Amino acid sequence: MKTAKRAERLRTAYLALLLLFLYLPMAVVILYSFNASKTDARWAGFTLDWYRKLLHNRALMEALVNSLVLAGFSCLSAAVVGTLGAVGLARRDFKAKGLLESLSTLPIMIPEIILGMAFLAFFSFLSIPFGMPTLVLAHTTFCIPYIFLVVKGRLAGLDPSIGEAARDLGASEARMFLDVTLPLIAPAVLSGTLLAFAMSLDDVVISFFVTGPATNTLPVKIYSQIKTGVSPEINALCTLMLLATFLIICALGAVSKASEKRHDD
Amino acid sequence: MKANRKKRKDRLPGLAVLPLAAFTVFFVAIPLLYIAALSFLKRDVLWGVTNEFTLENYTRMLDPLYLGTFADSLELAFLTTAVTAAAGYPFGYFMARLPKKKKSLMLLLVTVPFWTNALVRIYGWIILLRSGGPINGFLVGIGLIDAPIRFLYTYGAVLLGMVYSLLPFMILPVYSSAEKLDWSLVEAARDLGASKAKAFWTVAFPLTMPGVLSGVVLVFIPSVGLFFLSDLLGGGKIMLVGNLIKNQLLVARDWPFGAALSLVLMGMTALMIALYRKAAKARDLEGWF
Amino acid sequence: MDDIILELDGLQKTFGAVEALKGISLSIRRGEFITFLGPSGCGKTTMLRCIAGLEEPESGRVLISGEDMTGWEPNKRPVNTVFQNYALFPHRNVFDNVAYSLKLRKVEKEEIRRRVAGMLELVQLPGFEKRMPNQLSGGQRQRVAIARALINNPAVLLLDEPLGALDLQLRRQMQAELKRLQKQLGITFLYITHDQEEAVNMSDRIVVMREGAIEQAGTPSEIYDRPKTSFVAGFVGTANLIDGVIEKASAGTALVRIGQTKAEIAGSPLFAEGDKVRFLVRSENLLLFTEPRAGCLPALVAEYGYAGGMLRIVLETGNGARLIASRQGVGAEFAVGQTVWAGWPPKSAVPVDLPEIGEEKAL
Repeated sequence: MKTAKRAERLRTAYLALLLLFLYLPMAVVILYSFNASKTDARWAGFTLDWYRKLLHNRALMEALVNSLVLAGFSCLSAAVVGTLGAVGLARRDFKAKGLLESLSTLPIMIPEIILGMAFLAFFSFLSIPFGMPTLVLAHTTFCIPYIFLVVKGRLAGLDPSIGEAARDLGASEARMFLDVTLPLIAPAVLSGTLLAFAMSLDDVVISFFVTGPATNTLPVKIYSQIKTGVSPEINALCTLMLLATFLIICALGAVSKASEKRHDD
Repeated sequence: MKANRKKRKDRLPGLAVLPLAAFTVFFVAIPLLYIAALSFLKRDVLWGVTNEFTLENYTRMLDPLYLGTFADSLELAFLTTAVTAAAGYPFGYFMARLPKKKKSLMLLLVTVPFWTNALVRIYGWIILLRSGGPINGFLVGIGLIDAPIRFLYTYGAVLLGMVYSLLPFMILPVYSSAEKLDWSLVEAARDLGASKAKAFWTVAFPLTMPGVLSGVVLVFIPSVGLFFLSDLLGGGKIMLVGNLIKNQLLVARDWPFGAALSLVLMGMTALMIALYRKAAKARDLEGWF
Repeated sequence: MDDIILELDGLQKTFGAVEALKGISLSIRRGEFITFLGPSGCGKTTMLRCIAGLEEPESGRVLISGEDMTGWEPNKRPVNTVFQNYALFPHRNVFDNVAYSLKLRKVEKEEIRRRVAGMLELVQLPGFEKRMPNQLSGGQRQRVAIARALINNPAVLLLDEPLGALDLQLRRQMQAELKRLQKQLGITFLYITHDQEEAVNMSDRIVVMREGAIEQAGTPSEIYDRPKTSFVAGFVGTANLIDGVIEKASAGTALVRIGQTKAEIAGSPLFAEGDKVRFLVRSENLLLFTEPRAGCLPALVAEYGYAGGMLRIVLETGNGARLIASRQGVGAEFAVGQTVWAGWPPKSAVPVDLPEIGEEKAL
């Protein structure tokens, strides 16, 4: 009995320790974004100065806008391409199906740097100017698999006879998609899109290769800033990004809860 | 009128696949084939490539300098994988056994880092580890050390960053396979006289092996390419395959060699996935999100 | 022609190496309740899907009301389906589920409301319009699925094991209700099941399928009392299949030798002396005597007990074959190990697996 209790306590301690390990760096970033001292590790009082400075830092703000535009464009176009692809593949059998499926999910299976290199080489071969267009193309490419896989998973769990019932009752193929398939996979499309959005905002490696001299994404900008040293403005920026991520996760939780409630059969 | 009503084959599903197929061909298959071709071409004197076929880009990798980089990379990847497995397995396993409410909270807590920007999280470690940072401050403060220890820009820091970044990728698959585990099997083993440890090693562990394998693949593959980690935490002193490729592309401007390196890296990745598929008779890697 | 609503003409379909349908041909009359009965994997669902247009046969034709519908999309066919697991649209309420096909046909709003209400009345779910499918019980979902498929007055209603997911009591109740609905509406029902009791209870005609082919088609009593093959005999009801050799063939009855015993069975013009023959005696037709008797097989009582409200007596004959006799209520008392003599009225011993000649036209 006694040993069981001790084991229990050990287990709790271990779980807590690992969580501390995961969260300590984030906590430190948040905490230091409010620290009045610029360089010192010591706490020198609460301030919002860094946030004010951040708002006036045109380069960072521009990078932020770039990143949001990029993530928005990429995840939306990936949502369309990925969803249609998953739906179409679920209903069609052809020889190259397996090949197409593995190829289209390849971007998130291989180390990012390979895709970055391939894009860099390929885009310069085509002499597409590096900048927003190349970024959007590259990000869309690696956003598609997230949405494709999530939607495919949802489709696999869907009873095919529901769609067949719609056809049987007089719906055309397109009508069935709009009336039945789309509403039923909507939560998956949404969560896949949110996931893709977060991954696009997160990406350093691929952006690093395909970004142009005039366009900076936020992670690339942060990367080059961190390399030169720690600055409280970056603390503030990182805190805001953590907040944004947190909001995305909350939205996702709400989506999955709502869809669970609706079809809990 | 009947004739046009009659023709059945619905073209819509085929049309729906078209954008995906086009995107995949143009932006996955062709670029990868392009660098494959590039890797067999000779580099031009200044920069760019000539049309001359060569195997030199591959033979060059046999240079001890580059072989060393590969060895270092693999060593770090193995270490990272081993540490994340050791630290993450029990976490995923225990998590699956928590009561429902706590379980979903834990799941959320593990997922948050997975979603957050890797740079932001690494940045936190830079703050923590730097010589004027809180850890050194604390250690000096309690009198354990006299002068700040140099944590940052060491091999240890890079390993720490890798483990830290990739830990959720180990915990989540382990959790999902432990979650699916039928606990009555463990109870049956206990009932049949196995000790707790014996029941774990003979029943629970083998049955959660698929999760561990997924975790290994998901940790190992990216750990070879995360060049920015060694840049930021290792101060650029630790050269990994990722850094080597990056340098070939952006500094040395030797694209054919960079392409060859990428291809070898991809071959290693494919080998990993193939081994995994064979070992786990893979359901899917996507199971975890 | 005028009476035939659905005609299947040589339907053939393979999945990989499996021949799901081996040339099914059948005509179905208007207003008929026809049941396709067979074990799972016999091709009955594939056949139904070919009629609905959810699957295309490789060869053969489907004619509905005399019109060739082969190759038509499912939404263009005047048939509707009740799916095995109901396939209700989980994101739409009962009203929207039932009204779906009317809305697609742009029926006027007021009329839709009226017809849906009428249909829900008919399936005894009045006032359920606003419920969501996950708020309904299995039986209620089933009724909604039926209402949804019936509302557009299909030429044929296809039902794919619709009662499979329900418990026994509810299944019996729904059987009666389906039969009532079919009578009331006069719509042709094509019903698929692997449950022989269900088939016998509801159908005007039963088609027994086996491995992608029709084994026998006929009224329930034809199928039960005069099965053509040992498969049909064994699949429907409890069958005693006995092998013997023809001693004397005549038009009315034939004399067969089973081991040492000579007994009479129903005759057939195909019989010739010395032929091997297999015949069926239903368990309730097996007569048991405690004294030796001419034309009866001696056997030992191996088991004796009640099963499904019937007294069931399992016998073992000399050559190791097992016979089953059943009795309503309490009959004569037998003890396990006792020797009895089993016989049958000659007319109820029906030969099966005869070689086919001039194949009877299956209507």
